[in-house]
Parts: sequence; C-alpha cells; structure tokens
Amino acid sequence: MDATVDWKLDKTSTVGHKGMSEPNSVRWLLTGVALLFLGLFLLVPLTALFTQAFEKGTGAYIAAIREPDALSAVRLTLLTAAISVPLNLVFGISAAWSIAKFQFPGKSLLITLIDLPFSVSPVVSGLIYVLLFGLQGWLGPWLDLHDIKIIFAVPGIVLATIFVTFPFIARELIPLMQAQGNDEEEAAMVLGANGLQTFFRVTLPNIKWGLIYGVILCNARAMGEFGAVSVVSGHIRGFTNTIPLHVEILYNEYNYAAAFAVASLLACLALVTLVAKSIVEWKLKISS
Amino acid sequence: MKNMRMKGFKMDGGVLPGFGPTLGYTVFYLSIIVLIPLSALIFKAASLSWHEFLEEVTAARVMASYRLTFGTAFLAALVNAVFGVLVAWVLVRYRFPGKKVVDALVDLPFALPTAVAGITLATVYSSNGWIGRYLEPLGIKVAYTPLGILVAMTFIGLPFVVRTVQPVLEELEAEVEEAAVCLGANRWLTFRRVIFPTILPALLTGFALAFARAVGEYGSIIFIAGNMPMVSEITPLLIITKLEQYDYAGATAVASVMLGASFIMLLSINLLQWWSRRYAER
Repeated sequence: MDATVDWKLDKTSTVGHKGMSEPNSVRWLLTGVALLFLGLFLLVPLTALFTQAFEKGTGAYIAAIREPDALSAVRLTLLTAAISVPLNLVFGISAAWSIAKFQFPGKSLLITLIDLPFSVSPVVSGLIYVLLFGLQGWLGPWLDLHDIKIIFAVPGIVLATIFVTFPFIARELIPLMQAQGNDEEEAAMVLGANGLQTFFRVTLPNIKWGLIYGVILCNARAMGEFGAVSVVSGHIRGFTNTIPLHVEILYNEYNYAAAFAVASLLACLALVTLVAKSIVEWKLKISS
Repeated sequence: MKNMRMKGFKMDGGVLPGFGPTLGYTVFYLSIIVLIPLSALIFKAASLSWHEFLEEVTAARVMASYRLTFGTAFLAALVNAVFGVLVAWVLVRYRFPGKKVVDALVDLPFALPTAVAGITLATVYSSNGWIGRYLEPLGIKVAYTPLGILVAMTFIGLPFVVRTVQPVLEELEAEVEEAAVCLGANRWLTFRRVIFPTILPALLTGFALAFARAVGEYGSIIFIAGNMPMVSEITPLLIITKLEQYDYAGATAVASVMLGASFIMLLSINLLQWWSRRYAER
C-alpha cells in the first residue's frame, strides 16, 4: 500500500500549491481527533486486556492457561479450526474456479448466496442447526435413535463454525481470479497441460497471497467465534467448551484474572492475524 | 471490466476444464451448509399459524428489543460513518509517526474474537474501569446501560467505513481537486462539493455494512449490556433466552424476523456496491 500512496501524498503536499491541502492547524486537529477516537476504542481496551491478564502475576497467568479445562478448550478450538478451515478452503477454490473462469446464468445470485452467512446473526446461525439436529428438530428423533449427538457436542460446534466462516476464502479468491482473467490458463491448456497441472502450476502461484489472506481471516474467525458456537455447544466444561466459551464461563464466575489470561491467548492470535494480514496485503500490492 | 466480460463470453464452452465438477461441488456444499439449514428455520417458522407468529414477533418485550437493537445499531453506524471518514482521511492524506501500525490496528475489531472484545469493553467502561472511572463523575454510566451497547456496536463496526472509504480516497485524482481550486473553491468547499460526492457511495456501503454487523452482533454486547428485559436486551439475546426456555416456536419466529432483516440488508448492500462500482467507472 505504502510506496504508491506516499508518493501521491508527496505530490499533493509539496508540489500541490496553496488551497490543495489544509492549514497545519487543521491537519493537527483532524489527526488528533482521529487518533483519540482510535485510542479510546482500540488501544485502551487492548492495553487493558493484557494488563488485566497479568494482574495477579505471571504465575497466576500460566496457571490459568495450564488448567485442564482451559487446555481442553484450546484443543477443541484447534480441532474445530483444523476441520472447518480446510473444508472452506476446498469450497473457496472450487467456487472461485467456477465463478471466475466461466460464464453461466444465475452467477450473481450464487455470489450473493455465498455472502449470506456474513449477514446472518451468529445466534441465528447456531439456531438453524439446533432446529435441524436438535431433539425437537427435523433429524433429531432419528439421530437420537441411532445415538448420534450433533447438538451439544463437537460436530455441532464444527458445523456452526463452518457456517460462520463459509464465505471468507471464496470472497477473497473470486475477485482476484476474475481480475486475472483466463489467458494464462488457456495458454497452458493449449501447450498441452491437463486441468490439474494448469491449476497447480499456473493458477495457484497467481492466487497464492490472496489464498493465504483468506485462510488467515477464516482461521481467526473460526477460532474466535462465540455466538453461533454458544448456541450449539451446551457449555459442558472440559468437553464442548471452545476458548471463547471458556472465557465467558470464567468471566461469569467473577474469575477475571483467569478470564483475561485465557482471553489474551485469543488477543495474541488477533495480533498475529493483523501482522500477517499486513504482510500479505503488502505482497499482494507488489504482485499486482 | 467490460473487456473482461467480453473475454468471458468467448470462453463459453472454451478450453478450460472443470466447470461441471467445481460448480456442482459449490452448489452441493452451499446447500448442505447454508441453504438447507436456513430453510429449516423458514419451514419451522411457517409451521406456526399466522396468528401465533404475529403474537410472538410483536410481543412487547420483543418489540422493545427490536427498537433497542436496530436503533442503537443505526446510531453506532452513524458514529462510525463520521469517524470512519475522518480516520480514512487522516490515514490517506497525512503523515505521522506510527501510521502503519495505526492502519493495521483499524482491523482489530475484525480479528479480535467478540467475547474477548465484550469482556474487555465491559471492564474498561465499568465504573472503576480505565475509561469508566472518568465518565462516572460526569454522571455518564456506560457499562450495563444501553450506552454500553452503543460502545460495543461502534467497536465492532469501526473498520467497515474506514476500509470502504480509504481506497476511494487513495484513487481520487489530484487533478480534480486542483481544478476546483483553480475555479476559486476553498478547501472546505472542495471537500463538500468535489470529494464528498465521490466518496458518498463507498461511505453508504460502509455504513450499511457496519449497521448489518451491529444488528446481528451478540458476543461483544452481552457482557456490557446489562441485559435487562425491555431496557437493555438485544434481539439476538432474546432468541437465546427463548431457546434456553425450550420456547422453540418463539425463538424461531423472532429469528426469522432477524433473517428477513439480514436478507433486506444484504440486498441493499449489494445495490450500494453496484452503485459505487458504477460511480467509480464514470
């Protein structure tokens, strides 16, 4: 992002004559107000989070994280992400290939439907699986008869997570592959490559950074989802608690230091995500 | 854009393989994960009689939750529209130390899990919290009041306007502003008459995205809201409360209203995006 923008900025601020930019006092004022707003809403809470996490010292912090229920929450969160991210990755690639490389009627409807999970409330996302697989639901009696548990068990958590992270990778890939067009793939095919070779040797290197970007965002949401997972989980400690649900329980038990200690794990994940996102955005800018 | 579409048409039945399997899998996976579960909600809602349904979705407690949820989400989106344009402007036009870090930090609400945001905001804005303790003497209570909901909704909607307006400001040609100056416009007039109309479609898109996100939000709000029926109980929480009381009919009815609202918002956002693209091409 930076090289081009800075250059443009230089142009407007130094070459540009009077009237092309604001007086210094206005610049300071606007920058100050913007930074104050971001400080109050982003920086203060972020700092408070880590301060609270270490309020009772490093020992208490480590104890809160090494506690068996916390560890089992970490394991469940990792498992959920390990299932839902690859599934949505395969879907994202397949959706992007069909939508970006071919013309067919109903394409914009399909794109809209793929976006749908973004605009559905997380609570509703969880509820639909309860209505489908819960005891009162469509498949509930049959599942109960065969002793298969989906709601208030791990499969329900995974399904709800897949739903809320459904569009992430597809959304990154579709515009990227549309912008790149079909020329390179067509050339590869004409030169005798088969479909898979074309995809792995031509398309994949071109969409690599966009793909990584989508996976990072998808993973962050998969590990952090709260509302949808909360509806289907049943909150069984040590069994169906993900990290965010474990944080909620600790917080509601007034065990603030432990709640913030475990929450700081997720905050670290968020910060890593932001750094990775910036790096990938920078790479995307270079490659385009 | 136009060019690409022409190329696409040429590709109909062209040399690239895999259309059938990839589209088939896409539709299959979409149906299993999204469409069939969502239709379960619609069918369940349809199994209620019209009278029952109306009674559920217009009960006083439910109506109060709509007013709170949609009203506060609207206010939060307004706050984000004003400050979002300001932040985007400052990030694109000015230079200051730490700008890259600030730019990256804007996405924090996207990356930070909502439950973590919720407990943090509740702590910071509570009466002895880092910010709350300075607001308390002024008679402003944030945590456990509807004002807290506004704070949480503003937090989670913060990146949308910045990220939709920022690229438009970056693309804005200096020549247009120069022309306005040459014609004798001062800075404020240039902003109002030249810059603002250009960013308006993007601004509205960002506003709609922030609004839609705030309406459905659950995790970051419940910790700071206080959750008193009729006063500070948001609609998503009401759905969960009904579910926990095994009131499946009530939960489904209210959820289908929320789903209807999502459809309308998704449609408006698509229209807005289509409008901004057309605007950008002109």
